[in-house]
Amino acid sequence: MKRCLNEMKLSFPARGENEAFARACVSAFIAQLDPYVSELAELKTAVSEAVTNAIVHGYRGRRDGIITMQVRLCSDRRVYIRIRDKGCGIADITQAMQPLFTTAPEEERAGLGFSVMESFTDSLRVKSSRGRGTSLVMEKTLRERSGDESVKDGVSNKSGRKSGTGSPLR
Amino acid sequence: MPVTVSLDGSVLTARLSGDIDHFTAADMRSEIDRAITMNPVSELILDFSAVNFMDSSGIGLVMGRSKLMSELGGKCSVCDPPAYIVKVMKLSGIDKLCPITGEGGVRL
Ligand SMILES: Nc1ncnc2c1ncn2[C@@H]1O[C@H](COP(=O)(O)OP(=O)(O)O)[C@@H](O)[C@H]1O
Ligand SMILES: [Mg+2]
Repeated sequence: MKRCLNEMKLSFPARGENEAFARACVSAFIAQLDPYVSELAELKTAVSEAVTNAIVHGYRGRRDGIITMQVRLCSDRRVYIRIRDKGCGIADITQAMQPLFTTAPEEERAGLGFSVMESFTDSLRVKSSRGRGTSLVMEKTLRERSGDESVKDGVSNKSGRKSGTGSPLR
Repeated sequence: MPVTVSLDGSVLTARLSGDIDHFTAADMRSEIDRAITMNPVSELILDFSAVNFMDSSGIGLVMGRSKLMSELGGKCSVCDPPAYIVKVMKLSGIDKLCPITGEGGVRL
């Protein structure tokens, strides 16, 4: 394991407003490693999925539940993110991680949160126990920066968006 | 405004903007559904050109509207999403139910 360059820990209540807050925090912190736009978007999406799950499923709308998020930046450009809740826990993790599986179809949940987290990070580990809560660890190694962003990150089009992205979906 | 709707004949365009997550999707959904039920709509176009961020809550939003339109005997499509959002959508296979088009109407 490589040296830890920087670390942060944050806790906030399980409110929908904090989904955007958590994404913004992670994004601002990870900026220290100068990630590609696509990598930043992927990590923000993975964090959004994890925090949303804690709010929607873990605490089931109990707005006083506490979510903690820890982020570490390592010297080998690895980003480590842990997100925990002390909510209801997951009865069957294997089943929960199946694409399209959801326990909340009436709320238009797509059942794809875990699929998104897996696709947009290098590894995802889930620990959970019923009645005690859930802990997720996601890791992603950012690519080395080369001088010319357009070489690796896709050429940006007129509207300033990136038209090619990094890791293809698995 | 996170959603602006405009009606051209029976074609309803809903222009979404900002971030689509679990928190913001609920209002977007009711805004679009209200416009669909108040007007005779045969086609719904979800304009994603001003969307900055979307997680799987956005997939739920598109799937739900697509289902609603097919129940009404109409159709639904997504236009101009940023590249990274196309990736999120394709992960779900939603593009098979609801075509995604880019600049100049090219199918993505
Ligand atoms: N933090 C959590 N606490 C309790 N249950 C969870 C948690 N995260 C996920 N789950 C369970 O796993 C299922 C699948 O999660 P996910 O893939 O994100 O899909 P969705 O959120 O659309 O239901 C959820 O429907 C829920 O039952
Ligand atoms: Mg989810």
